[in-house]
Parts: sequence; C-alpha cells; structure tokens
Amino acid sequence: MSEAHVTETPDGAPSNDVLIQIIGMHKWYGSFHVLKDINLTVRRGERIVVCGPSGSGKSTMIRCINRLEEHQRGKVIVEGIELSNDLKKIDEVRREVGMVFQQFNLFPHLTVLENCTLGPIWVRKLPKVEAEEIAMRYLERVKIPEQAAKYPGQLSGGQQQRVAIARSLCMSPNVMLFDEPTSALDPEMIKEVLDVMIGLAEDGMTMLVVSHEMGFARRVADRVIFMDEGEIIEQNEPHAFFENPQSDRTKLFLSQILNH
Amino acid sequence: MADATYQPGQHPDLPPPPSTTGVVGWVRNNLLSSPLNIFLTVVSGLLVYFVATSVYEWGFANADFSGASRQDCTSGGACWALINVRFGQFIYGFYPEAQRWRVNLAFVGLVVALWPLLFDNVPARKQLLWYAGAYPIIAFVLLLGGFGLESVETAKFGGFLLTMVIGVTGIAVSLPLGIVLALGRRSDMLFIRTICIGFIEFIRGVPLITLLFVASTLLSFFLPPGTTFNLLLRVLIMVTLFSSAYLAEVVRGGLQAIPVGQREAAESLGLGYWRTMYLIILPQALKISIPGIVNSFIGLFKDTTLVAIIGLLDPLGIGRAALADTKWQGLSSEVYVFVAVLFFIFSFGMSRYSLYLEKKLEVGHAS
Ligand SMILES: Nc1ncnc2c1ncn2[C@@H]1O[C@H](COP(=O)(O)OP(=O)(O)OP(=O)(O)O)[C@@H](O)[C@H]1O
Ligand SMILES: [Mg+2]
Repeated sequence: MSEAHVTETPDGAPSNDVLIQIIGMHKWYGSFHVLKDINLTVRRGERIVVCGPSGSGKSTMIRCINRLEEHQRGKVIVEGIELSNDLKKIDEVRREVGMVFQQFNLFPHLTVLENCTLGPIWVRKLPKVEAEEIAMRYLERVKIPEQAAKYPGQLSGGQQQRVAIARSLCMSPNVMLFDEPTSALDPEMIKEVLDVMIGLAEDGMTMLVVSHEMGFARRVADRVIFMDEGEIIEQNEPHAFFENPQSDRTKLFLSQILNH
Repeated sequence: MADATYQPGQHPDLPPPPSTTGVVGWVRNNLLSSPLNIFLTVVSGLLVYFVATSVYEWGFANADFSGASRQDCTSGGACWALINVRFGQFIYGFYPEAQRWRVNLAFVGLVVALWPLLFDNVPARKQLLWYAGAYPIIAFVLLLGGFGLESVETAKFGGFLLTMVIGVTGIAVSLPLGIVLALGRRSDMLFIRTICIGFIEFIRGVPLITLLFVASTLLSFFLPPGTTFNLLLRVLIMVTLFSSAYLAEVVRGGLQAIPVGQREAAESLGLGYWRTMYLIILPQALKISIPGIVNSFIGLFKDTTLVAIIGLLDPLGIGRAALADTKWQGLSSEVYVFVAVLFFIFSFGMSRYSLYLEKKLEVGHAS
C-alpha cells in the first residue's frame, strides 16, 4: 500500500499542498486490530470518497483525523500539526476540520441559528452579530435560511443534515469530513444533501466522504478508496475504480452495491 | 342532521361534535365514561366530602384560635391557641424579638433574589441576577449582624428560620457540587473518578442522621482544642455533602441519557471539554434531570427536621418543646398538623415549579 501512497504525492510537491497525511497508522479496540497500516495523503482541494463493507473501519479512519478516536501507531498530520495527546493541538486541528455525521448530531436545545453561531462565537471568538451574519450566509447556501429560528426537532432529516453542514462551514474549515451523511435519510432527501455537497466540491472544498453514493463518487471524486477489514485495499480515480477494479474484494463489493 | 356530501378534495374543516368539548364533554370523558368510572366517581366524591367536612369541623368550625392555656379551648375541635401563642418561636426560634425585622427582610430579599433565577421574563433581570449573586452576603450580614447591626448567635436560630437557612444553603451549594461530582464520576482520569465514586458511595451509604451526629460530636475531636466551630455551620456542611452525593447520581443519570454524538459534534467544532459540558451536555442533561433534582431538593428540605435530634430547634423541635409545657399537654395533633402544613406549602411549591420548568423547556426537544 505504501507504494500507492508515494505515487499520490510526487516528490517535490510543495508541503503546503498536503492537508492531511496519515502514515503507517494502526488502531486497536482492545485486542481487535481495526485499522492496519493506513497510509493516505489528502492534497488541498482534493475530493476523496471512501467506501467498503460495513465494519471495515471507514468511520474509525476518518474519526482518527480529528481525534474523535485515537490511533496507537503511526502518524496523523493535519495542516502540519501531528496529533498526539496534546489537547491544545487537538483543538487546533478540530478548528480546521469540519465533520458531518450520519445522525446529524445537531444540538436539540439550540435553534438552527444558534447551532451555527456556537462555534464561531465560542471558538473563533467572533462577535455575535458577525457570527450571525456568517451563519445566515451558510444557511442560505444550504438553502434553508427561513428555518433559522426553528429548533432541529422541527426539521426534516434532510434539512437537519443541511444545517449540520452549514454548522461546520461556519467555522471556515479547510477540510470537511463526511461520515455517511445520507445513509440515515429517506431517498427523497438524499438528493438535497448531495446537491449541497456537490456545490461545496465545485467551490473547491477539500472533502473526505465516507459514502456508498456511487453516483456522487463518479461525479465529484478525484479518488475513490476501497477499504476492507481495516485496510485500504485499492484506490483509483473514479472511472478506473468502477470500470476496472483490480482486487477481487473490490469487484465483489461493487457487484453487491451496484446490483440492488 | 344529515351529513352533507362533498366532492373529493372539497371537504371543509368542521367543528368537533359539541358533546366532546366544553365542560359537558370533559365531565363525560373523565367522570362518566363507563359504569365502573361512574361508580368510582360517586365513591370518591363521597370520600372527599366526608374527609373535607371532618377536617373543616375539626380545624375551623369547632376550633379555638386564642387562649392562654389548653383550658381556654372549649369548643371541642382543634386548639390553635397553642400555635397562636408560640407562633413567633415557630417562625424565628429564639431570634431576639426586636431584631426579627431582619429575618423578615432577609426572607423578602430571598424572594426577590429567587425571582430572576426561577423565571426569565423578569424586568431588569440582569441587575437582579447580580443582586442574587450578592444575596448570600446580604443574608449573612442581616441574619448574623455586622455593619452596625447587633450580632445574633446562630444558637438563637430556630423554627422555620432554621429550616430555611439549612434548606436554602443546602440546595444552593449542593447543586453545583453535585454537578461537579457527576462530571468527575464520568471523567477519563482515574484519580478524579476514584475520588468522586468513593465520596458518593460513602455518603450515600450512611444515614444522614449519623452524619449529623458526627457533625455535632465527633468533629470536635479532629479540631484543635479550644477552637469553636459553629454547630450550625457543621450541620450545613453535612447536609450539603449528603445532598450533593444524591444530586450527583441524579445528574449522572441525565448525563448518561445524552447521546455520545452530542459530545462528538461539540468537540469536533473545537469546543474543549468544559465548554462542551457547559454549553451542550449539561443544559440537556439537567433538563431531563429536573424531576429527580427537585425530588432531591424536597427531600433535603424535609430532612432538615432531623436536626431536631441533635438539639437544634427547627419547627419540630419547637413543637416538641411546646408540647412539653404542662399548660398545653396533649395537643400533638395541632402541632404536627401545623408543621406539616408549613412544610407542605414549600414542598408543593417546589414541585409545581418543577412542572412549570419542564413544560417551559419542552420546546425543541422532539429529536
Ligand atoms: N468503540 C468501539 N469498541 C469496539 N469496537 C468498535 C468500536 N467502534 C467500532 N468498533 C468495531 O470496529 C470495526 C470498524 O467500525 P467502523 O464503525 O469504523 O466501521 P465502518 O466501516 O464505518 O462501518 P459502517 O459502514 O457500518 O459504518 C467494526 O467491526 C466495529 O464493530
Ligand atoms: Mg461507519
């Protein structure tokens, strides 16, 4: 796998170009080896889609990037900061990394607007007025400014997920992590969320998306990564990945998800 | 009245049938909905009538409200004269009579301080909250003296004043302490977690009365000889510690009910541990813990009567002293009913407030 990693970052690329670097990362849950020798480089502006069977470690891998999970071996470097137990550095990284969850995880006791201004006010220390301006801008961008005064519980799933995206964007992150952002949604709501994500991709946001939406992957991904049993099995640009998968496991997986 | 027919999609909104709404509808639905319900309504109606009339006759119609001793009570009902004569003691204990206005002022001050804390549509709430923050100092000076006020020893505190001092201090201090203990019990740090678990389990495993005995006797062994460590203060510390251990468990229950995704979402925004707790986790956890928290508060408030056992004269202690008076012997019903009503008013008030708060906070918690 490490050869693939080297070909992805040709020597001489300016270091500023690399946003996330995962080098030889391993993780265990107790004695269960959940991530094995993960190597991944994400360049600025790159859009990567991660897929793989349930339990293969996709969520765990992207959660290691903002240290919602800690790894036990190897290195994770985000914006030049190596993640360790240093809480200050962890918060520094989290400020620059937005995350969107499968279950939205909006704060139910705060309005939509307050959900969005919380980070800017308490972390970025912006004045309330300015934070609200920013929040309204992003709520417009995800096309629900009219819901600003409502509570999350009053919104549909698709609307909630768009608020969650806006909430992350309000922190002006350099990279956005998405963990199956549409898999808790009814089919008619998937599109509204994917449209927002496509818009983000077109604006040049660096994105790392765990998803089984292959249409989305074909359309926006620069690279598709296939994981199984804690390893990155295969990665390629979408056309080659879908038309000409190399490993048997990838072929099997693709036949399963494309045939229903 | 025959129902009109409408084209599909044309059906207008109609009012509900009259028999299901209004007073008639309510009575029908709630009191007379089935033969069993009718039977229960009649039986409980009779029961309520019987109890209410007996209470009325004993407590009001045939009661005596004034007199100098039991002999003056001749009407056959309750003899409230005792309460009347000792009312000052029931409320103030042995607080000097000329200084009782200070207690009254402190009580009014407490009500004003609670107002902005308990309700949020209060004029000048911000200023009032500052005042509420300063209230403990104000009350301390008012009750104990200083700044030109004659000093009053805590040994003179008694009656309902004592209940309020212990109850209010206990409630105000034990809530933050309980929250800290609950957070500590869930901490990742082994040392902090162990201390909190040890403390909570120890305090919960011991009856409050033993802690009070420890406060009244044993503590003096640990203090350097000659120091006097105010008994009321010792009692306050014990009551507060006791209550905080229970609150910690109530709050922990609330914390456990919050999905981990809330913490993850907050932390991935870069809010650290404390701001995540303060802004995201605690508001939600405390909200669902309100019934348990208020339950603990009511328990604490009533448990203050236990101080009578170590010789402090709370309303029960005053009552027992009054009953020992040969002029008033045999009037225990009156004394205990009076004390019960006194406690009921405050406990019931707390209970209603908790319902109000739950209702108010219901918004936006559908998911
Ligand atoms: N906290 C945990 N403790 C122990 N094992 C865990 C924990 N979290 C996840 N696992 C295990 O680690 C493996 C990888 O989990 P992960 O959630 O990363 O998979 P995934 O690829 O995201 O799957 P899915 O598509 O179902 O979300 C699974 O086998 C899971 O059971
Ligand atoms: Mg997952």
